[in-house]
Amino acid sequence: MRHAARLLPLLAFAGALGVWWLVKWAFGWQAFILPSPGEVAQALWRQRSFLPEHAWVTLLETLEGFLLAIVVGVALAVAIAYSRTLERSIYPLLVALNAVPKLALAPILVLWMGFGAGPKVVMVVLLCVFPIVLSTATGLKSTAPELDELIRSLTASELQAFRKVRVPAALPHVFVGLKVGISLAVIGAVIGEFVGATHGLGYVIVASGQNADTTLAFASIAVLAALSVALFYLLVALERLLIPWARHEQG
Amino acid sequence: MGSAGVRIRIDGVSQQFAAGRHRSPTQALDGISLDVHEDEFVTLVGRSGCGKSTLLRIVAGLLKPTAGRVEIDGVAVTGPRRDVSFVFQRPALLPWRSVIENVLLPVEILGLDKQEYGRRAHDLLELVGLEGFARSSPWELSGGMQQRVALCRALVANPRILLMDEPFAALDALTREDLSLELQRIWTEYRKTILFVTHSIEEAVLLADRVAVMSPRPGRLVKIVGVDLPRPRSLGESRRSEELHRRSAELHELLFAREAA
Repeated sequence: MRHAARLLPLLAFAGALGVWWLVKWAFGWQAFILPSPGEVAQALWRQRSFLPEHAWVTLLETLEGFLLAIVVGVALAVAIAYSRTLERSIYPLLVALNAVPKLALAPILVLWMGFGAGPKVVMVVLLCVFPIVLSTATGLKSTAPELDELIRSLTASELQAFRKVRVPAALPHVFVGLKVGISLAVIGAVIGEFVGATHGLGYVIVASGQNADTTLAFASIAVLAALSVALFYLLVALERLLIPWARHEQG
Repeated sequence: MGSAGVRIRIDGVSQQFAAGRHRSPTQALDGISLDVHEDEFVTLVGRSGCGKSTLLRIVAGLLKPTAGRVEIDGVAVTGPRRDVSFVFQRPALLPWRSVIENVLLPVEILGLDKQEYGRRAHDLLELVGLEGFARSSPWELSGGMQQRVALCRALVANPRILLMDEPFAALDALTREDLSLELQRIWTEYRKTILFVTHSIEEAVLLADRVAVMSPRPGRLVKIVGVDLPRPRSLGESRRSEELHRRSAELHELLFAREAA
């Protein structure tokens, strides 16, 4: 049964490829409308030095932005969790910021920061900081009541309570935010590259679209998806390593 | 014990909880006065909702009473104290720390000598039969073992007073009895002043020098009963259990009579 459970995602993936292939065959589309899975695979192989080069650029932008978002997000979360005043003042601002369609900001960022990595990194931060703030603040505020009483009864200082109890207790929540955030981070980097870039997978997608090289665009998207999935599972692995207790917690 | 000094003085303590949107203000405690002497074991027994846990939190300094005061060694309690340990109904262990690290948490927080108290922590784990589990994680232990670890944590910094809030309530009957015996052994060995809250009359009689009986709404002290039986006491021992059962039956009647009235 466990074996079958592991096979299921592979089976679903194969099914999706099958549907893709079937649609192309049924409509008789040519490669510049919709390439077949096989054609995309061929493009991936042909561009085996070109695509990784651009994927590397996108990966660096994503990671830089993601790390910056963690720093900013955790700082904001601590402020929100510890001060009612700050919570009341910052929180609505964050919600408003999150409600802005970030795509609309991309051209302005390019105008301000040029065509380098800058606007991409900022776009990544804008996209993934909100779930990180939200989950970290929730984690810091939802210390189990009995741990709260315990630490108070031990006459701990606020700093001791923070370091020894609140932060470790918040980690499972933090990881929820990070896992949501990492996928958004990849999207942020690509949005940044769409608007003005000379490198990166987002740039390759736009450029190949202009050349009607749909197959290359699809190959880039495939690499992007693989990148995003890999980053996600890297976080899952990190989570298991850092907080093994989370899976054993009962209630 | 009679000649020993007063360690905890509860003096006319009342607690009123403010009204919420859907409820009127509740009088949780009404004028409770009780002295607990040095090295005495006192149990507070009553139905759930009689305010016994609230009273314990007031003694611990975790809660401020609306009226009255608590003194420990003649000093008014204004907040948690270093020489008072609290044992909760749930073990409240930190899951990211090993058993020994959990036991040493108070040592870190109070800034005590890690070497000296590390030895003590190991001694305590040995005392409760967990010497082989120092490096284990809390989730690898049963509920009874976790509560033993919590007991070691409460004792490690050598407090003079132990406040225990139904510490065995979540355990099965057999584990409960084991821990009751262990607690009596620890108490005879280390000599602490213990205030122990329970809703079980048998447990209250089994453990205590004196049983303070409370009635609910508002929480009042109804009666204080002395239990002058040799230790260790166990419900299984027929010679003493007869006496224990007689005391329990008396208190049982007392609690029921109050409810009916």
